[in-house]
Amino acid sequence: MEMTGAKAIIESLKKESVEVLFGYPGGTVLPIYDELYKEKDIRHILTRHEQGAAHAADGYARATGKVGVCLATSGPGATNLITGIATANMDSVPMVAITGQVGTPLLGKDSFQEADITGITMPITKHNYLIKNAEEIPNVIKEAFHIARSGRPGVVVVDIAKDAQMKTIKNFKYPDKVNIPSYKPTTKGHPRQINAAVKLIQAAKRPVLYVGGGIIAAGADKELKEFAEKNNIPVTVTLMGKGSFPGNSKLYLGMLGMHGTAYANFAVQEADLLIAVGSRFDDRVTGHLPSFAPKAKHIHIDIDPAEIGKIVQVDVPIVGDCKNVLKEFLAKVSCKDKHEPWIDQINEWKKKYPLSYKSGKMIKPQYIIERTCELTKDKKTIIATEVGQHQMWAAQFFTFLKPRTLISSGGQGTMGFGFPAAIGAQVGVPDAIVIDIAGDGSIQMNIQELATAVINKLPIKIFVLNNCFLGMVRQWQEIIYDKRYAATNLCANPDLVKVAKAFGAEAFRVTKSADVDKAINDALKVKDRPVLVDFVVEKEENVFPFVLAGKPINEMLID
Amino acid sequence: MKHTISVIVENKPGVLSRVAGLFSRRGFNIESLAVGTTEDPKISRMTIVATGDDQDLEQIIKQLYKLIDTIRVFDIPRDQEIERELVLIKVSVNDKTRKEVADITKLFNARIVDVSEKSMIIEISEEEDKVLNLEKMLRKFGIQELVRTGKIALQKGGKE
Repeated sequence: MEMTGAKAIIESLKKESVEVLFGYPGGTVLPIYDELYKEKDIRHILTRHEQGAAHAADGYARATGKVGVCLATSGPGATNLITGIATANMDSVPMVAITGQVGTPLLGKDSFQEADITGITMPITKHNYLIKNAEEIPNVIKEAFHIARSGRPGVVVVDIAKDAQMKTIKNFKYPDKVNIPSYKPTTKGHPRQINAAVKLIQAAKRPVLYVGGGIIAAGADKELKEFAEKNNIPVTVTLMGKGSFPGNSKLYLGMLGMHGTAYANFAVQEADLLIAVGSRFDDRVTGHLPSFAPKAKHIHIDIDPAEIGKIVQVDVPIVGDCKNVLKEFLAKVSCKDKHEPWIDQINEWKKKYPLSYKSGKMIKPQYIIERTCELTKDKKTIIATEVGQHQMWAAQFFTFLKPRTLISSGGQGTMGFGFPAAIGAQVGVPDAIVIDIAGDGSIQMNIQELATAVINKLPIKIFVLNNCFLGMVRQWQEIIYDKRYAATNLCANPDLVKVAKAFGAEAFRVTKSADVDKAINDALKVKDRPVLVDFVVEKEENVFPFVLAGKPINEMLID
Repeated sequence: MKHTISVIVENKPGVLSRVAGLFSRRGFNIESLAVGTTEDPKISRMTIVATGDDQDLEQIIKQLYKLIDTIRVFDIPRDQEIERELVLIKVSVNDKTRKEVADITKLFNARIVDVSEKSMIIEISEEEDKVLNLEKMLRKFGIQELVRTGKIALQKGGKE
């Protein structure tokens, strides 16, 4: 079939079952937008900033498991996507970012709104393409989606010159198969390595499973649960791994690392075997590296070979898809020893060092999270977060039971991520209650997206834990810089209730602990537009436990 | 420790910048890099000399494999490599020294490729050590300019 490049782009996206695009128009994507205008099967969500579009596509992907797609024009449109691309790629989120590029005769001439976006995004994408010729469109888009979603997922940027969008393709044919000889991810664990791992697991007295976002990406949560329960192995999760294992299980240790639970950190430090699955020994997890898990042998399972041996030397490396490998473990491992003294020891730590906070005059931010968890527990709920103290409290005090219920920027720690990501999540999962747990700093980074949520009637709840501070940075300044609060006081905050109302959202303020439940319930009742609740909380509350940077993870400040 | 890494890649636009960028952002040092097409014009081969311990080397190789355009990466063991570097050296000469420079050139199995009143250009294609030696011997005459291609290498015997 004969068609323009722009039409071919839309047809290719349809072949990839793309339902929604998050984007922002401009000069070099006009041909694509003109085709979208005529298109019934693909929904376009106009954000108010390209960064919002990238985070929304990311949130959509994290909530649904499908590839998120965003679209922007050349130059500033494309560069505005950068933070969103880096955020998604670092957390292994499958995303395709399509950008317009100036026409090929203008390329390399410092033309209006020209930026070398393939050059700029090289270090922060899994792969990228520049299309100069319309005929390449179907093949490149096919490859882009394949690369984004297979192996270790990531972001693929497809930059398309305007003249390639306008030229006619003689015979549009979308390929059935991808053949990239240089790209063949290993998904099946090597049998010899699996057997070596099985032996170590069978022999362990104090094993710990340390799992991350890889479990969720691989859809291996069932296998993980079965494997852990069958062999009575405690499980600690990373921030990205929240929801990969039920937070109400007896074997659950919560998060480890800098703001992990004391008992998770103690368990890791005392373990004789650490089974890392789809996790990558991030510095926020390990603390002082040479003293991390000093008594443990290490098994590391990851689909990305480069993650294995990158940070720690492991005893048994297994390259493969977590789901496949855990299935093999399930079939082959049957621990006769049920590690009872070990589990008893962990339970003792749990009793002695539970997550806790002291009540006070002002509303405690942790209390809001606990009540949100309680009041939504029978409902299909997705929590998005921004980045900072509120994010850590959400991770600590909300009980996540299922995968894809926490949407949070882990690797990059991107402030301003949560709200647009919540928009993507709500678009992708319309019947879920989507709550963005925010701080007063982060929410102001992409607050313009209230317009997007209002116009699309997205009933997202934004719970701002408002302490008039950049709280996490303030906490470091309090503890490490002797309370010199340089540039962290947000006393000039706008009235967020008025701001939200000006956008057409519902909004109210809560100042007393006694009113928290009513506020949450009232927010849950709003179905036709976003609602912002401005919780005025204790100003100088800290996140504990807290492992200072460079310290071993069992040397933490507990309160 | 020095390693000679061969990287076989798809001959596509931007591939050199992908590989070079990877080295710089991951903090791996490149000593030299030579690139060109192979027996198959769709495929290029890069020969990279890099320094690092075994763990660095393993990580470099794994990161190179992560690039979508990378087909194969291998470290050529020292005792199995045939290595060459082509170097052009412009040396100052006068009527007194011209003969001596020509003699040294001959001793090294190098070639004189240009002669002028005040300088000569010498071409040598050899292993790194020999090139360095020649350079040392010529230094006293005054080296005006020097250019090297970077090392290229193949493994001895059958195809790697």
